[in-house]
Amino acid sequence: MRRMLAAALLATTLGIPPVSAQPRPAQEEFVPVTDAETEQLPAAPLVMSAYAVAWLLIFMYLWSLGRRLSRVERELDELGQRGTPKGR
Amino acid sequence: MRALFLPTILLAAVMFVAAPWLIDGAPTESTMGFVQKIFYFHVPSWMVMFSAVFLCGIAGAIHLFKRSAAADRVAAASAEIAAVFGIIGLITGPLWARKAWGVWWQWDARLTSALILELILIAYLLLRRYGGPGSEKLASGVALFGMANVPFVYWSVNVWRTVHPKTTVVPSLGPGMRGTFWWCSLAFVLLGGALLAARLRIERLRARVDELYLER
Amino acid sequence: MRAFVGIAWLVMRKDLTVEVRSREIVYTTLFFAVSCVLVFAFSFVRDGRALDHAAAGILWIAIAFAGTLALGRAFERERQSETLRALLLAPVDRPAIYVGKLLGLLALLAGVELILVPVVGLLFQAPLLAHPYLLAALLAAGTIGFASVGTLFAAMLVRSRSRDVLLPVVLYPITVPVIIAGVRGTAALFQAEADTPMAVAWITMLAAFDAVFLTLALWTFDPVMTE
Repeated sequence: MRRMLAAALLATTLGIPPVSAQPRPAQEEFVPVTDAETEQLPAAPLVMSAYAVAWLLIFMYLWSLGRRLSRVERELDELGQRGTPKGR
Repeated sequence: MRALFLPTILLAAVMFVAAPWLIDGAPTESTMGFVQKIFYFHVPSWMVMFSAVFLCGIAGAIHLFKRSAAADRVAAASAEIAAVFGIIGLITGPLWARKAWGVWWQWDARLTSALILELILIAYLLLRRYGGPGSEKLASGVALFGMANVPFVYWSVNVWRTVHPKTTVVPSLGPGMRGTFWWCSLAFVLLGGALLAARLRIERLRARVDELYLER
Repeated sequence: MRAFVGIAWLVMRKDLTVEVRSREIVYTTLFFAVSCVLVFAFSFVRDGRALDHAAAGILWIAIAFAGTLALGRAFERERQSETLRALLLAPVDRPAIYVGKLLGLLALLAGVELILVPVVGLLFQAPLLAHPYLLAALLAAGTIGFASVGTLFAAMLVRSRSRDVLLPVVLYPITVPVIIAGVRGTAALFQAEADTPMAVAWITMLAAFDAVFLTLALWTFDPVMTE
């Protein structure tokens, strides 16, 4: 029964039909520039903020991981000292 | 496994430090100009996020059908990784869009699907945290549905013509951009892997703590 | 196979019998759905006229909210009488129980929508009768998509803490694509010049969603409900 369902799932996901397109064109590839242009909205602050945000989030997550890791290691040490550890 | 952690994260750190120079050196894109450089962080973030979501879904399925506690730990850890890198993608994207499209957000297929995927992940994490005992199984079910959503996100740009650049962009990158892009992608993948390993270690230690509490 | 269908039918009949006697869920859900429509209508009506495409959006929001309530109530009833455990202990194919509950919920939602859709049509002058079969197909496909995921999650969460708030939290992100398809398709049909190819495209997409979600739900119902 389950194998039938698995096959059905595979078949339906692969067979999702394409839908008719909407009129706005998308870029097919990135084209490098030959001569520089001036723009109205300055791009530099946006790019800097994007990188800053990425760095910040990564560091915040690393810090959170470090904190949780030390907390759980401390708990493990306490338990190891207080209880009778069944060796593994 | 643990021996690999330090070199991996060091390598990732070195690559990240070198990245700004490489990104600066890459040729500027003609239509979008300087702001396109966000691409070198934006796309690798999403790559890590999607990989983590797949990992979470598969691990969840293994936990659900084979009752594997280790698989459940992998699912929990990778869901968090996916959520973090997803937020990075969701913030860098609009910052790029503000310049490239003139608006912070568009309700087109890809953006909407990516946002939905992030919401599913956060729902998964909330369920694990507040669902009470036995919520790991339920979360695995949610993860499976989330994983079924990932191909839809990827196809949505190719199936509907939208403002968001198509997936043909990456294979067609020119030589200057290609090297930088793959450098940043590798850096992100290494970082993602190292963070996943660290998060997994926390899960394993927590499981050990629970065991010790039960033994007493 | 015949046993499977038989069990599903039994479960559905049981649910509908209980419901017909008390009519609690159908009345409260229906009233809630209509109130939802009114509240949203007040937000989106200006100078006596509703915003364009407001009708489609409001209809599907009402279906989603009312559906979530109905799901919660239906399984709360099971939890109170401990009948869910009894059902799970029965020596039957577990997915058959899922299908039975799903069919019961679909019957309930069909009844609600039968009244809700004309109400929305009346309040927003929506051309319901222009393409009735397409509209019915759209509503059916969308409701099945929503209900298939909802029944699974509601059953899963029956024994969880914070189940009342967790059901919408996990259900809405996963069924948002279904709602999107439903709204876009309905909006295409409610236009002055109905865009029928678009509506058909969305119905096809919904059918694909339904197939995927139903298959996944049937596959995971048993392991997820096991303790």
